[in-house]
Amino acid sequence: MISQRRIERRPQSRSLLDTAILWRATLDSFVKLDPRVQMRNPVMFVVEVGAAAVTGFFFRDIFTPGHGSAGFDFAIAAWLWFTVVFANFAEAMAEGRGKAQAEFMRRTKTETTARRVVDGKEEVVSAAALRRGDVVRVNAGELVPGDGDVIEGAASVDESAITGESAPVIRAAGGDRSAVTGGTRVLSDSILIRITSNPGETFLDRMIALVEGAQRQKTPNEIALAILLAGLTIIFVIAVATLAPFSIYAGAHQSVTVLIALLVCLIPTTIGGLLSAIGIAGMDRVMQRNVLAASGRAVEAAGDVDTLLLDKTGTITLGNRQASEFVAAPGVTVEELSLAAYLSSLPDETPEGQSIVTLAQTSISGEVAIPAGSTFVPFSAYTRMSGLDLAGGGAIRKGAPDAVRAWVRERGGEDSGELSKDVERIARSGGTPLLLARDGRVLAAIHLKDILKPNTKERFDRLRAMGIRTVMITGDNPLTANAIAREAGVDDFLAEATPETKMALIKREQVSGRLVAMTGDGTNDAPALAQADVGVAMNSGTQAAKEAANMIDLDSDPTKLIEIVEIGKQLLMTRGALTTFSIANDVAKYFAILPAMFVIAYPAMDVLNVMRLNPHSAILSAVIFNALIIVALIPLALKGVAYRPRGADAVLRDNVLVYGVGGIILPFIGIKMIDMLLAAFHLT
Amino acid sequence: MNTYGWVQAAVFFGLVALLAKPVGLYMSGVFQGERTFLAPVFGPIERGFYRLCRIDPDVEMSWVEYVMAVLAFGVVGLIYLYVLLRTQAWLPFNPQHFPNLSADNAWNASVSFLTNTNWQFYSGESTMSYFTQMAGLAWHNFVSAATGIAVAIAVVRGIARTDKKTLGNFWVDLTRATLYVLVPISLVGALVLVWQGVPQNFHAYHDVASLEGFKQSITGGPMASQEIIKELGTNGGGFVNANSASPNENPTPLSNLIEMLAIFLIGAGLTYTYGRMVRDQRQGWALFAAMSVLFVGGFAASYAAEAAGNPLVHQLAVAGGNLEGKEQRFGVAASALFATVTTDTSCGAVNAMHDSFMPLGGLVPLANMQLGEIVFGGVGTGLYGMIVFVVLTVFIAGLMVGRTPEYLGKKIERREMQLAILAALVLPVLALIPSAVSVLLKAGTATLGNNGAHGFSEILYMFASTTENNGSAFAGIGGNLYLNLVTGAVMLLGRYGFLIPIMALAGSLAGKKSVPETLGTFKTHSPIFVFLLLGVIVIVGLLTFVPADALGPIVEQLQLQQGKVF
Repeated sequence: MISQRRIERRPQSRSLLDTAILWRATLDSFVKLDPRVQMRNPVMFVVEVGAAAVTGFFFRDIFTPGHGSAGFDFAIAAWLWFTVVFANFAEAMAEGRGKAQAEFMRRTKTETTARRVVDGKEEVVSAAALRRGDVVRVNAGELVPGDGDVIEGAASVDESAITGESAPVIRAAGGDRSAVTGGTRVLSDSILIRITSNPGETFLDRMIALVEGAQRQKTPNEIALAILLAGLTIIFVIAVATLAPFSIYAGAHQSVTVLIALLVCLIPTTIGGLLSAIGIAGMDRVMQRNVLAASGRAVEAAGDVDTLLLDKTGTITLGNRQASEFVAAPGVTVEELSLAAYLSSLPDETPEGQSIVTLAQTSISGEVAIPAGSTFVPFSAYTRMSGLDLAGGGAIRKGAPDAVRAWVRERGGEDSGELSKDVERIARSGGTPLLLARDGRVLAAIHLKDILKPNTKERFDRLRAMGIRTVMITGDNPLTANAIAREAGVDDFLAEATPETKMALIKREQVSGRLVAMTGDGTNDAPALAQADVGVAMNSGTQAAKEAANMIDLDSDPTKLIEIVEIGKQLLMTRGALTTFSIANDVAKYFAILPAMFVIAYPAMDVLNVMRLNPHSAILSAVIFNALIIVALIPLALKGVAYRPRGADAVLRDNVLVYGVGGIILPFIGIKMIDMLLAAFHLT
Repeated sequence: MNTYGWVQAAVFFGLVALLAKPVGLYMSGVFQGERTFLAPVFGPIERGFYRLCRIDPDVEMSWVEYVMAVLAFGVVGLIYLYVLLRTQAWLPFNPQHFPNLSADNAWNASVSFLTNTNWQFYSGESTMSYFTQMAGLAWHNFVSAATGIAVAIAVVRGIARTDKKTLGNFWVDLTRATLYVLVPISLVGALVLVWQGVPQNFHAYHDVASLEGFKQSITGGPMASQEIIKELGTNGGGFVNANSASPNENPTPLSNLIEMLAIFLIGAGLTYTYGRMVRDQRQGWALFAAMSVLFVGGFAASYAAEAAGNPLVHQLAVAGGNLEGKEQRFGVAASALFATVTTDTSCGAVNAMHDSFMPLGGLVPLANMQLGEIVFGGVGTGLYGMIVFVVLTVFIAGLMVGRTPEYLGKKIERREMQLAILAALVLPVLALIPSAVSVLLKAGTATLGNNGAHGFSEILYMFASTTENNGSAFAGIGGNLYLNLVTGAVMLLGRYGFLIPIMALAGSLAGKKSVPETLGTFKTHSPIFVFLLLGVIVIVGLLTFVPADALGPIVEQLQLQQGKVF
């Protein structure tokens, strides 16, 4: 059941040519002919008005012959309508996958009931009646009725409906793993949840709205580009409108159909028609990586990021550090220190603690058990130590060297700074040094080794080539941090990081004009996530973190940030490339249309007909090319231009060559071929 | 074409390139308030002037205040010249006893000089008194040029500054541009021209008997002083109708070279000033490089067309280039060069009749204006016109590196795009729509000297020239009430309609934070940027005019090949 769901939840992995999406997009592209829809896109609106006008001329030709060629007007009108429909189709295709996905999620969002707890009594209400602040109980096997924080108990929760991840996760009151999402299922135990969102504003609701594009607003760069395109359209409207009186003066009167055809070919219809598809597809690509972006603005900002703040653990290193070595203090036997290490770590369930147990076992003979009545002291961010208070009054501690030394002094022990050289050596090598002490004596240094994720260096080199600075954030001391930073190849690091120092770092970067991206999951991270230009919260994190962030990674994978940046860049590149291409196309269109327009009045103009087009079909060929190029570029608009992380100079050179120079040359070939086809089928 | 022609152009442009840095360096000192070597001479005058006008030179203006100051200064200047032209008959220094100008002629001429256009629907030597020339026209030759420089400097400050609201003080920029830049160079230049033989006197015209026995009237007057600022300030209004083709305004090859140098001097220097003020000299050189390519391309095309000559004349067994309407003293190369230079900028002075150029030779000056006179350009106006293209290029191409576009650390966003587009619309609107209206009206075509494609070129040229405040003419077209009024309006809108959005753009940029440069930043000083900039200039700038030009010079040239003339 679960695995089936997982497959079902990922309709986005369908191919571009999925028939259902295709069919629906085809229908939508006609629905979108509504002028109120087209009005939002000035370039295509001009095309639609032109198409309507030429259609009018066609009917005039039929009913009152003698004005113009009905066949020509029909052909131009048809292809102008196709131009609008093709642009609509691009947008509908981009929306298609999101819509399919939203439909699935709507099915997930079934009507559920909730056990609301009021004054200690439970009452069953509809989930839709829940308001922010209500407290509900959810038992094993039940669906969580709304977004909230666990305030009592712990449970394993199946979140596959949201994340697609089939393995259940633990959600517990307090700490950074307390958030639950409406629509997920509690598998075991019983928990009390405080609801944090009103109906209609839940995570699932927002997710549906997002993937459907219902809330899609134009991003700042999209608006600026739309202004440029509208401006170019106005300029060409002036150029073509004034051509009418000019040609009358020149004795080469032009029909309005021809002028409209010229206008449509000159205005940037290629980018105008594909602009919104590019934006939607960019959001969709983010979504396919299982990341929810609150807005297109955030994706766009990701492309501009200058500084990436990366948490060391999980991004740069594998989460688990391994104990690799004990260094005994003078006069301490291996047996003695191993026993202390073993005892203090046995109740410690962290991977680090378990690795210490494993290492210590190699030097202990026989079975050892924790003396009855001992209490385990868990690690806390304030003490920075963990250990065991023995039943007999003794105590063992292991933890950050300075904390342990302070503890030793506190217990009246002598701290002569033994092992300080070893501690420094471990730190310098990139490991984490711990000190182990028992009762007033430092016994040993423990070397915890950080294990770098594979290929980190290449990854950061790529980012550097793109001009992005990476800053490693770690709670480690500066020495350790420096060693790991060097080994991993990050540009900078923030050691002994606290939420405050992290916040200060973000602000410092922003004051100098840089855009900052970061990931986070804890409630502590929320202010920094809100301050960062791109804040990605882990889905496993707290509600506060998720609300502060502008993206949520459903896979809770911190390395995703790098992919998000790449998608943002690719989105902007695609826009730029198609704009350049669209504008560059105009050169060939002039050479196709102008000679055809004036060759009758001025036979000498034939010299400019460099493509040797048939004067009767040249204009139609250009219009057809102009329409078909939109269709041809839909896959590019949806997938984005080829992207490799490199410096701006190399990227620019390639894109200029392909889309700029290519944009000048390609239409010469395309228009000529269409013209030859028209001639071959005697359609001229 | 011959080696001699190319050598002339090479010497000329070599000197421009050599002078750009010292002149630009000097101007950056002037406008950043540094003490220059002329301070002992002009400092007291400058300070006295501020005291007299109660200007606090340390108070800076926002872009709105700056524009208001420019406009106020313009209104006063317009009224002043208008009154002068309407009353010159009663004023001194009028040895030829010229009458007052009619209302529409006075309107056209005063707008023309106010806006640095110097379009002339009249002949200077038979219309304007010496007093009008000196107190009216020369005044505007100085201050209209200084206004252009001041605005350009304010725009550059907008780009260079971060998180600021102000762009400088217009009165200070205007004063310093006049006192430290225009006056000293003009003083030296005028003396050199006098040495070359340009008159500088207050005599009445000399009537002499020519060898053929006719009576000839030789114009005198304070010509050299007017001549140098005409070029240096890219004004272009001739003391006499023949402008720099007249032996009195432009007597020798050396004076011809000096006049061309004066036209490019400040525009070229400003590209260096620009680099200096934005603290990245490469940015200035990138603009210089783009401008140089356009200059060389324009000259080569014009020279080639003129040197190829007229096939119909060749059929009469007269070989050689097209010499119709050219001074024999200058010949084909120097005429083509001068025509290119004067329309690369907003100067409009001529040493040959553009109307008599071969159609393609004449297309070059026309196209130069249709690009917006951004090749060194009008003093100041050329730089800020180029910056509009730079902003468009950065936006279109900058996206291709995968970042939202930025120029010199400033993000180009919605507001910048609106303003850049607004500025970019001015030229097509003003150059094309009045042309379209005029060809449909009797009043628009009544005074045309030619019909067909050539007559059409004359109309296109007139509105391109007035929109861009160039002032050169394809001639062949005479003034009437309609044209006086319309071209007057076009000149005003062409100047201020462009200036206001670009100042707003500068104001917007000044208030922005600066993004530090990284490897991911779009470099705006690389050869590839210059290539892209040229592409945008040609495709966005020129292609707008291709349909119209096709019916003018292009079809005229094609028909000429087939033996048809107008």
